[in-house]
Amino acid sequence: MNADGHKSAGLSFRLWWTHPGLRALAALLLVVVIGLVFNAEGAFFKWATHRDLLRQVAVFGILACGMTLVIISAGIDLAVGSILGLSAVFFALFSLRWGWSPFLAVPATLLAGALCGAASGGLIARLRLQPFIVTLAMMVFARGLAKWVSGGQKISTAVELADGTYRYGEAPPFIEFLNAKVLADNVAVVTLIFLACGFCCWLLLAKLRWGRYLYAIGGNEEAARLSGVPVGGMKLLAYALSGLFSAVAGICQMAQEIQGDPEAGAGYELSAIAIVVIGGTALMGGRGGIGLTLLGALTIGYLEKILSINAVGEAARLMLTGLIVVSAVIFQHRRK
Amino acid sequence: MTQVPLLSMQTIGKSFGGLSVLAQVAFELYGGEVHVLAGENGAGKSTLMKILAGVYSDYEGRVLLDGRESRWASPQQAAARGVAMIHQELSLIPELSVVDNIFLGREHCGALGWLKPQRQRQEARQRLNQLDLDLDLNHPAGEYPLAIQQLIEIAKALAAQARILIMDEPTSALNEPEIQRLFAIIRSLRQQGCGIVFITHKLEEMYQIGDRLTVLRDGRVAAAGRCSDLPPAALLRALVGRDLNQQFPARRFHPGPLRLQVENLSLTDPTNPGRRLLDRVSFGAHSGEILGLAGLQGCGASELLQALFGVYGLAPTGQVRLDGQPLRPYSPRHALAQGMAFLSNDRQAHGLISGLSVVHNITLSALGFYSPGLWLRPRQEWAAALSSAEKLRIQMRSPCQEVQELSGGNQQKVLLARWLETKPKVLLLDEPTRGVDVGAKHDLYELMNQWTAAGITIMLITSELPELLAMADRIMVLHRGQMAGVYARGQATPELVLRAAMGGS
Repeated sequence: MNADGHKSAGLSFRLWWTHPGLRALAALLLVVVIGLVFNAEGAFFKWATHRDLLRQVAVFGILACGMTLVIISAGIDLAVGSILGLSAVFFALFSLRWGWSPFLAVPATLLAGALCGAASGGLIARLRLQPFIVTLAMMVFARGLAKWVSGGQKISTAVELADGTYRYGEAPPFIEFLNAKVLADNVAVVTLIFLACGFCCWLLLAKLRWGRYLYAIGGNEEAARLSGVPVGGMKLLAYALSGLFSAVAGICQMAQEIQGDPEAGAGYELSAIAIVVIGGTALMGGRGGIGLTLLGALTIGYLEKILSINAVGEAARLMLTGLIVVSAVIFQHRRK
Repeated sequence: MTQVPLLSMQTIGKSFGGLSVLAQVAFELYGGEVHVLAGENGAGKSTLMKILAGVYSDYEGRVLLDGRESRWASPQQAAARGVAMIHQELSLIPELSVVDNIFLGREHCGALGWLKPQRQRQEARQRLNQLDLDLDLNHPAGEYPLAIQQLIEIAKALAAQARILIMDEPTSALNEPEIQRLFAIIRSLRQQGCGIVFITHKLEEMYQIGDRLTVLRDGRVAAAGRCSDLPPAALLRALVGRDLNQQFPARRFHPGPLRLQVENLSLTDPTNPGRRLLDRVSFGAHSGEILGLAGLQGCGASELLQALFGVYGLAPTGQVRLDGQPLRPYSPRHALAQGMAFLSNDRQAHGLISGLSVVHNITLSALGFYSPGLWLRPRQEWAAALSSAEKLRIQMRSPCQEVQELSGGNQQKVLLARWLETKPKVLLLDEPTRGVDVGAKHDLYELMNQWTAAGITIMLITSELPELLAMADRIMVLHRGQMAGVYARGQATPELVLRAAMGGS
């Protein structure tokens, strides 16, 4: 028996079809086909449409990367949206108001996000509390902290002039850069950041010992503990990384809006969970991967884009998104 | 016995994705008999019974009930025709009362779905009387001991007018008196004309309760006939397909230096501070020795192994020395690093990691070795998994197969492989042969002999006394957390061990 011999031997159509990656791909293709049909008079065939979609989905995708790590360890992180808002406020404070260099502002923001995540992770690991409750508490707490730090105001470059009007100052070059598109204006920088986050998660999950431990904890926590897996440490790591990725997303969000909005990211945790689940990572833990999450992010991104270029109203858009998310999940979890 | 069989399954065949699991199987059951179905794990017993219980409807061959052909589309249909299955894992809902469990899904209802509790209680009482059971009908079923729950499940089947009862290893979690009680009930059901299919791995039970016997091997009938016509040796041969000269391999004991030294180990119950799980236990174990642990349910043997493995953290008091060095593990991870390894008695809940492949299950505990700098080394992992699969004779389609798909014996071997990868000095084995078929059991015994020959110390808990007497070099008996006696091989007899276990001296 060798590494590849068995694969071709056991590969029947049924097995092929149960492969989660292919299912996620099929869901994505289905959405793309819908886009080809309802192409809004050719708008779907323009590269700019796809470029914008990849830019718009990036923030959600970055959150989903961290969420994937947590969900694979059979947890859930509801705080990612709030940590995004908190990080946006911190980053705006550091770079817009205090004028810090990005080399200082970025690590400081990332640290803040990671600390929030680590706080949830610490409680979950050490006191063995339910992730749902702990991260729900962190979600509320981080939102409150964001409002407190910002004084409930959006932090921007605006300066109030003597006559009571506002003048918007110039944003620092680093923020302009985050907002830019590169490669002859073809790819947004935030899209590349999303891909880089995905790559880091892939390295962690597929190539590092820690990734294996996360799968083991998600598959059977007690067995993992008895097998010498450092369960507490790994949970702490997963939530801290989820907080870190939320901070990355917060920085991107702030750069796109050029302001630190304490309300930013409200409800984003649900989009991130939807992306992970549509990709096919099991909420029960132990199964899934970052590739699935990338496909899930594309599926959701295309869906939103197709609805918006066809000028579907918000009410219908929300209802349709709900229906399509449910059908995609039914489609993926059907076992026969 | 009636002339027309209650049930006749003819030329049954079934395959999964091109892999044939059953071929040309014939199985007959008469009213008023106990028919033992035997076979190793993966021989096709469960598949055959699932066909009978209506779980699978796409099979080859015919199923005749009372001489008429029937093909059930669902388990509900099979149940309506009188086929009931008592699963290994009980399917009672622990929070519901006894009577609600008995009528779950078939409640006696009036118009508008209004329940008729009076009638239900009456009938439930009648069914329980049939089993000589006097239970509080309103009590939650989950609060009764396992053995009683099993009987409630039988009452449930009787209330559903079952004529064919399939019992899948019903004795695996029962102690001796409970088993005898279950057998008495089975005999009375037999007299009432029920046909009973009894699945078990234990040879004694087959002869004790069975009228006739069918042995499956690799999806085919390897032997069938009256139990009295099939001597144990022939039965074993039919089960494994090769000659097992003895049930247990010969054991040679060459004790090495003292490996493990335990003095006054005590442990109080973390959930009930008034109770002592272990009370001043002292013993020593040599390198190359199999130290057997015996005792009744709750005697503290499992807790002793877990305490040595750091499952209770720093709670245990007393002195433990491993190779002369003090051993005080604060976690399983820490114990592992010192050379301890612990096979839990519940491989589904505390052993296997679902979602991980066979290779990754095997290398999990030794990952530090296979990825010294955090980066994994897939090739080394593969090589290690393949070599231990060969050494332990793990049968699998492929090393990247999901571990849940393996049969019980092979799953157990995967877990043992995981522990051997850590190069342990002391192997703590809690019921290593539970739910493992005869052939794989024999493999495990031989492996234990090999490991002890290589200098590993094994501490072995098993509820099968013959196994303990045959494998252990010394037997230590525990009673309520205290030492009740130590017997060397040859000195120990079943009577001695049992008496000590029950607290007599």
